[in-house]
Amino acid sequence: MNLTVADVAAWVIVVALNAYVLFGGADFGGGVWDLLASGPRRQQQRELVSHAIGPIWEANHVWLIVVVVMLFVCFPPAFAAFGTILHIPLSLMLIGIVLRGSAFVFRSYSCGPRSEQQRWGQIFAVSSLITPVVLGMCVGSVVSGNVGTALAALAAGTPTSFSAVYVRPWLGPFEIAVGAMTVALLSFLAATYLTIEAEGDPNLQNDFRNRALGAAIVAMALAIVALVLGAGRGGVMTRLIQPGRTTLVLAGSGVAAVGSAAALLQRRFRLARVAAAGWVTLVLWGWILAQFPLIIPPNLTIEAAAAPNRTLEETLAVLVGGGVVLIPSLWYLLRVFKRQESST
Amino acid sequence: MPDLLAARSQMAVSLGFHIIFAVVGIGLPVLMVIAEWRWIRTGEAVYLELAKRWSKGAAILFAVGAVSGTVLSFELGLLWPNFMRFAGPIIGMPFSLEGFAFFTEAIFLGLYLYAWDKVGRRAHLFAGIVVALSGVLSGIFVVIANAWMNTPAGFRLVDGAPVDVRPFAAMANAAAFSQTLHMTLAAYAATGLTVAGIHALSILRGNPSPFNRLALGVALALGAPAAMLQPLSGDVSARMVAKNQPLKLAALESHFETRRGAPLHVGGWPDMDARETRWAIRIPRGLSLLAFHDPNAEVKGLEAFPEDEWPPVAIVHIAFQIMVALGTCMALVSVWALWRWWRGRSIDAVAGHRYLLRALVLVAPMGFLAIEAGWTVTEVGRQPWIVYGVLRTVDAVTPMPGLVVPFLVFTLLYVLLGVIVVYLLHQQIVRAPSR
Repeated sequence: MNLTVADVAAWVIVVALNAYVLFGGADFGGGVWDLLASGPRRQQQRELVSHAIGPIWEANHVWLIVVVVMLFVCFPPAFAAFGTILHIPLSLMLIGIVLRGSAFVFRSYSCGPRSEQQRWGQIFAVSSLITPVVLGMCVGSVVSGNVGTALAALAAGTPTSFSAVYVRPWLGPFEIAVGAMTVALLSFLAATYLTIEAEGDPNLQNDFRNRALGAAIVAMALAIVALVLGAGRGGVMTRLIQPGRTTLVLAGSGVAAVGSAAALLQRRFRLARVAAAGWVTLVLWGWILAQFPLIIPPNLTIEAAAAPNRTLEETLAVLVGGGVVLIPSLWYLLRVFKRQESST
Repeated sequence: MPDLLAARSQMAVSLGFHIIFAVVGIGLPVLMVIAEWRWIRTGEAVYLELAKRWSKGAAILFAVGAVSGTVLSFELGLLWPNFMRFAGPIIGMPFSLEGFAFFTEAIFLGLYLYAWDKVGRRAHLFAGIVVALSGVLSGIFVVIANAWMNTPAGFRLVDGAPVDVRPFAAMANAAAFSQTLHMTLAAYAATGLTVAGIHALSILRGNPSPFNRLALGVALALGAPAAMLQPLSGDVSARMVAKNQPLKLAALESHFETRRGAPLHVGGWPDMDARETRWAIRIPRGLSLLAFHDPNAEVKGLEAFPEDEWPPVAIVHIAFQIMVALGTCMALVSVWALWRWWRGRSIDAVAGHRYLLRALVLVAPMGFLAIEAGWTVTEVGRQPWIVYGVLRTVDAVTPMPGLVVPFLVFTLLYVLLGVIVVYLLHQQIVRAPSR
């Protein structure tokens, strides 16, 4: 394979997106479990979520900034296209991000009456649910080729309605299915992580084990719905399910999905965590491989959207330099806050 | 409301909101680190209490700053896709570097806030120092990107498209040094003097506790020197603008006619029909002296430029007058406070002087007002360009209609958040310690 600098930059973005999904995505999933907290231990469930994400959610959130910045530096036409066609869902996602983050700290630092803290909790939980759904819908609209098609119509100046360009591309059944699958997967991921956070309290651990299993089933069902809705459309989804470079990834994600459920059933929570992260990662890479070398299907390629080589090379150099500072720092952060549970 | 105006207004509201949190995110970590360092050195529990109190403020403000900064990074594409298509490869570098600084800040703030009992004292103080350093670096990188919009560099234009792009040369643009210096000092001055004013108010209200007096001292130690240096940095900025953006200088001084030995207009209102400045105090040769350090230097007036390239003169001129007036007040009160402190050899010489305390309360909000006014000068003064002399704002805006809706939605969101943050900070910082 002939690897260009633009390809490398694109892979780096995917890796950052992968990190955002595994870390930041799970924080949103945690918020979903705050929303769905129930049973006699609902208070403990909420406290566990809050305790687990408190020190790290802001660092996790920065992966999204890395993705956005890399995208607009290295692939400016793609960033401009997303900003234009997906203006409405991206704005909704931003409102969700703002409300989720602020409500979380407001709840943590509020000294007011209990009802006030509960209200922040509700806002935190609801925005944790909505944000990943909308993000998933945006991904779905890129996969389905709707963003690319709307963009072409806009550029050609063909007379078309507001909704054809700015609403329908992301508000179809397939996009909604992808959005729902995204939130189910992230909730599954969060619940699996939380079984480990809950070590030492078997009842609480059991709560999250059951939640993880439930979410896994829902996520699998929604993945099948999305595949069925997408399969007939040609393009990326068809390439995803046809025999080819994605076959191994698709098979791997199936194995990881079943494996994580089996590990949860047997209460092998550390194994379940690895398998869960593997499942989510392989779903992401399946999409990317099916779409490669396109950045916006059906026509815009990574190569065509790339910034000048000098920009790409210098950005990648800075990324390596920054990584030398960041990766040890991140490792230190996680070691300080996730240490005790590993020793129990 | 026309779409372009709505987009500009949404960007203005987002920046005007975010900058307050960004500024506190730069200044407050310095205060908490000084307090913690004093605690380690002196063992006085009050300093520890201060460090913890300020770190809670930093936590709330950093979170809101982080999410509102995320909104901005997306809004560049949501509102100005054509600007990003043009400028992304050229000014992406400072944004990438800012990403790293911000990441580092988030990691070490997490450690600072939640690891008081988990790491040693020195490691904890180190985390605070990293937060303070990466905070100021974040600010510097973002301002460098803005400076590029004022004095673009690092590329050549061929048929309206940038070629021969050199990202690091773009960062080393003409306005980068003066703008980052001015903004960094502004952040320290605004945060320091606001915190000083809050504690001055507590003392005036009859609570001269060690908590309030030491807090006043730490805050003044940061804010007052910065406020005193700011006029010098303003001079550096003014000369940069005079050299590189003569039209902007003419607008902010409301200076219509090109002439040698140009007077300085203090206050006044630009009469656009008569093309003269009414009701201003005129200081003869003042503008030539300030802009070029030569009382006889020629200063280009607005009339030397095509009128369709003029920024809104009245807004720029008035905002500039406000910024300078507020900055002057802050510098004078700072000189007074530091002089009292130095003469009395103790912060009690400041804390016991009721007139000085009142003056400190009075200047407390001025730093933030001056920052908003200063950004109005920079941003409105750049119009009608989004990239000065290269790309017009009207050509950069998104084709999406109905932009008034997102403008109103985000404005409402920010107003609500602002009210809540003020309420929470009041709970966290202003209340004197109960124990």
